[in-house]
Amino acid sequence: MSKPTSPRIWQLAERRYRLIGTKCKNCGKSFISPRKICPNCKSMDLEDILLPRKGKIYSYTIINALPSERENYGPYIMAIVELENGCKLTAEIVDCKIEDLKIGMPVELTFRKIGEESESGIIYYGYKFRPIS
Amino acid sequence: MRDVAIIGVGMSKFGELWDKQLRDIFIEAAIEAINDCKIDLKDIQALFIGNYSAGTWVQQEHLGPLLVDYLGISPKPAMRIESACASSGAAFYIAYMAIASGLYDIVMVGGVEKMTDVPTEDSTTFLASAADREWEAFFGMTFPGLFALMARRHMYQYGTKREQLAMVSVKNHKNGSKNPKAQFQREVTIDEVLNSPIVADPLTLLDCSPISDGAAACILCSSDIAKKYTDTPIYVLGSGQGTDTIALHDREDITIMKSTIEASRKAYSFAHLEPKDIDVAEVHDCFTIAEIIEYEDLGFCKKGEGGKMIENGETEIGGRIPINTSGGLKSKGHPVGATGVAQVCEIVYQLRGEAGKRQVSNAEIGLTHNIGGSGSSCYVHIFGRKKR
Repeated sequence: MSKPTSPRIWQLAERRYRLIGTKCKNCGKSFISPRKICPNCKSMDLEDILLPRKGKIYSYTIINALPSERENYGPYIMAIVELENGCKLTAEIVDCKIEDLKIGMPVELTFRKIGEESESGIIYYGYKFRPIS
Repeated sequence: MRDVAIIGVGMSKFGELWDKQLRDIFIEAAIEAINDCKIDLKDIQALFIGNYSAGTWVQQEHLGPLLVDYLGISPKPAMRIESACASSGAAFYIAYMAIASGLYDIVMVGGVEKMTDVPTEDSTTFLASAADREWEAFFGMTFPGLFALMARRHMYQYGTKREQLAMVSVKNHKNGSKNPKAQFQREVTIDEVLNSPIVADPLTLLDCSPISDGAAACILCSSDIAKKYTDTPIYVLGSGQGTDTIALHDREDITIMKSTIEASRKAYSFAHLEPKDIDVAEVHDCFTIAEIIEYEDLGFCKKGEGGKMIENGETEIGGRIPINTSGGLKSKGHPVGATGVAQVCEIVYQLRGEAGKRQVSNAEIGLTHNIGGSGSSCYVHIFGRKKR
């Protein structure tokens, strides 16, 4: 299956590598995705920030029916993680036994391979989270 | 604004239609709708077609001109409308506005999707595009995965039981067994649901709507001319639309769909009706948890009590408010772009008293509820046997 390639990965690479998010200077809410307008208070006064590297599991699932780009990978754990400043994001949970998973479990950022464009294309990276040992 | 009526409805069989192409399926539904009200083709002034992603599933875009050509009424206006799994709910909304505004007097609105021509893994990937590609799907999130996150959080916050989720599937399969156009016409048990293969924990295969092919069509007209075509026009009493964040993680509470609350409150207010006035409803049960959340967000019960509502049998045919009498997306099938209009077809059959073995007695007012993505878009319509 063909899909958009390298440029789209580059556009967001730094944000995904360093966990850079957006914070509203007016209401203080932060978001994982880049934004110019705050959906909470409608302010246009936002800034990029480094998001907290620790958080807890807000909800989780174990993906058994795999998408085509991960057909040889899985089952794997996906979660919404709530970071220490209240910002939530979607990420894979790694280095974790399924029986240990629970809502509220503390987790921390880890830098990992997410996937690859094709056998000859670039490998792309980003954040995953693991239990705090 | 003018009052709008539905004079004709039609549906293809839903299921794995290996021997048919997208255009064949749509025209089958369209002809059934035309024959339903015996309208002359040349009286139809425009076509609005809901479709999520024919470009990825069968590599055919530009459905407006394609389907109006095969309908035989080109060069009349035609457009395709996309809102993920709510695509034909959105198309119905546009068609309704087009007549209410006076722009047209008679239009056809349809929905179509052909999903079974590619492997399941590809469909899983295509469906994930209805979520946030860069911040959800990129990291490995799938569509069933998003609803599994909602299910686990709902169970955590409200004590909803796994078995209660399964009961939604059991009810909808029971209803679907009475619908000759449903993809699955057999009943299932709670144990079968719980023991079917896990798709995204805690959801199993029988908590999920299937990958389907299918189409549905309705003919709408200004209410003052409806009786020319049928003795039993069904009137659109209310219409509402709403949205919620595209990424599930951006919501304060993932057990609430603000899109449904917004769309339904607008539709109720438009119709001067309340949730208790609804006699029968078709709601978007793409996954069992979705139906439970929708009972709450549509105002059929208090927040957190959706699990109890299914357990008490309140939404069975014969219960307080029968829901998904057609079998719902779960059993009737979910060709995503066709679902919104197919829901309208079922409510029309119910209000006309033509629903056969699944007929709800004395149904006067019906509601359809169609969401796109993880509830990121929502269309609610309310219908009645009498004008407002």
